[in-house]
Amino acid sequence: MAEATLNTSDPTAAAVEVEMRKKSFWRVFVERNKAGAFGIFLLTVILLLTFIGPFFVHGENRTNVSLIYGGPSWAHPLGFDHSGRDIWYQIVHGGRSVILVAFLAALMATAIGVILGSLAAMIGGKFDVAMLTISDVVLTVPTIILLAVLAAFVRLNSPVQLALILGATGWPVLLLAIRSQVLSLKEREYVEAARMLDLGMPRILFREVLPNMASYILINFVFNMRGAVYGQVALYFLGLVSLSGVNWGIMIQEAFRRGAVFLPASMMGLVAPIFMIVMLMWSLILVARSLEDVFNPRLREP
Amino acid sequence: MATLVTDVAAIEEEEDVVRQSRLKGFLGNYFLRRLFRAFLTIFFVSTLTFFLVRLLPGSPVDVYINQQIQQYGYTYEEASNQARSLFSIDVEQPLLLQYLDYLKNLVRGDMGMSITAPGTSVASIIESRIGWTIFSVGTALIISFVLGSFIGMLMAYWRGGKFDGFMSTFGAITGSIPDYQLALLFIVIFGVRMGLFPYTQMRGALSSGQQVEFSFAFVQDALYHAIMPILVYVFVSIGGWMLLMKSTTIQALEEDFVTAARARGIPEWRILVFYVGRNAILPLFTTLTVSIGFVVGGSLLVEPIFQYQGIGARLFESIQQRDYSTLQGIFLMITVSVVAANLIADLLYSRLDPRIRSKG
Repeated sequence: MAEATLNTSDPTAAAVEVEMRKKSFWRVFVERNKAGAFGIFLLTVILLLTFIGPFFVHGENRTNVSLIYGGPSWAHPLGFDHSGRDIWYQIVHGGRSVILVAFLAALMATAIGVILGSLAAMIGGKFDVAMLTISDVVLTVPTIILLAVLAAFVRLNSPVQLALILGATGWPVLLLAIRSQVLSLKEREYVEAARMLDLGMPRILFREVLPNMASYILINFVFNMRGAVYGQVALYFLGLVSLSGVNWGIMIQEAFRRGAVFLPASMMGLVAPIFMIVMLMWSLILVARSLEDVFNPRLREP
Repeated sequence: MATLVTDVAAIEEEEDVVRQSRLKGFLGNYFLRRLFRAFLTIFFVSTLTFFLVRLLPGSPVDVYINQQIQQYGYTYEEASNQARSLFSIDVEQPLLLQYLDYLKNLVRGDMGMSITAPGTSVASIIESRIGWTIFSVGTALIISFVLGSFIGMLMAYWRGGKFDGFMSTFGAITGSIPDYQLALLFIVIFGVRMGLFPYTQMRGALSSGQQVEFSFAFVQDALYHAIMPILVYVFVSIGGWMLLMKSTTIQALEEDFVTAARARGIPEWRILVFYVGRNAILPLFTTLTVSIGFVVGGSLLVEPIFQYQGIGARLFESIQQRDYSTLQGIFLMITVSVVAANLIADLLYSRLDPRIRSKG
């Protein structure tokens, strides 16, 4: 460290640089981006709790009339709900499907956005106009109302159907972004060169265009997941998805329907799942923002 | 003399042409195209509802007709007549004619009758409810927009400070609470647990016995009942405005004209309001359109929780009761209002920022 400072004209800058090299990527990341690091930590905790947790908190969670609205204890830290079931058990087991459905929905929305967006830019003409119009319509109509109306007509019975309908409303923002990016990249020389070599459209798209947008797509994916969590729990709250199994959304719906709004004792059954959902959404936002920060240093604050 | 006259005429003509082309350009480029897009959206959504109501396998119309035949022993003709009065769709006509009929009825404002509340037209249900939603959502949008952009400007001005740090975290957290869950938390924690506000009294859109009239008592009562939904809408949407305004203000602060204004010795508050603020707030108007849709959508879930008698609560009820004709009518009406609000926001923006008109 002493030698390094001797040789350069700006000792402090050199020292900082040496310091940076010594530290791992993660140390630098955590120092530069505290909120993002916290988001990743929070998301990891939630994922561990919901995917590994069930192996530790197992057994059956039967209804038990004698334990209705029972208070918390060491074995049951969050107490019991309206039918005497352990709330902590439901919290641990109820996150998996919420996260998986959100993941699937975001995956689908991303696929639609990427494929149709790049096709619209590549093909152009009437197809482009049609795509623009449809995304404009989907963007204008309030998403949650569109979701609720669709779900009221089409019965949703399985998590996959739920993911499908959530994914079907989440793609317009990505489509527009991909389209405009592809339109501008299309004119770049390396894409032109690829076209000269008579490489097919799909190849140009997947090899040249999309890698350039990977960071944007990833960030959009995280935001889409967040939207899917919101929409999904809202559909459960509306009672438009079959209420079977253990699930944070179902917990909120049942607690609300069973009168958590009147009974102070039942508060935990409502507050615990809401807390988990808010933490999940918050961590997703923080992760998305930190991804933006990493991939787009220009946005970094001075 | 003669040349002079023709000259004047020519100049006048030229001015006329300029004026006309300007008008034409404005209409052709922006206003008309925007209007066309608005109508297209409404048309698409009404086509979608027709598809959902009529064409989907096991459509509500078919289900209703079958139910009437099986339960009450009606003939198919009688049952389809019943369905016709409910949905304004005559099933015995060819599909294309049904569709055209349906559109014609919509344009006339005839959206059929409610299934679960016999004898009530969907139009009258909407009429009695939509005012409350426009009132509460509109007030909340204005409050969160004004307050949020003001706070955002201060955050940018004192960036890196304590106020900025606190507000950034506040905005990020409130932005990640789903609106209806925040409403539930408000009621359960502050209402039921702590008893800070009489949440049962505050239900509904008006106290019983209060007439809709033009008086101070009425306004007071309406505000008293709307305050909780408004608070929720403001809470969940204000963070977005704050963060957006902060970033646009930081950009505007770095503009040359701000440095020039400082050099001219113009007071700091004047620079902040008239030089920076005016330029920073412009991009926010484009986001306003997204926000309108979001907050109006939130009313579907927030209103039932507070039992606020707006259009969202009614949509919630019709979803629960599978009152398809009402559901369809409210869905269309919400779409129309959001499209109209977007149109107004867009036109306002184009008046504030003339650059938009040419770019379209």
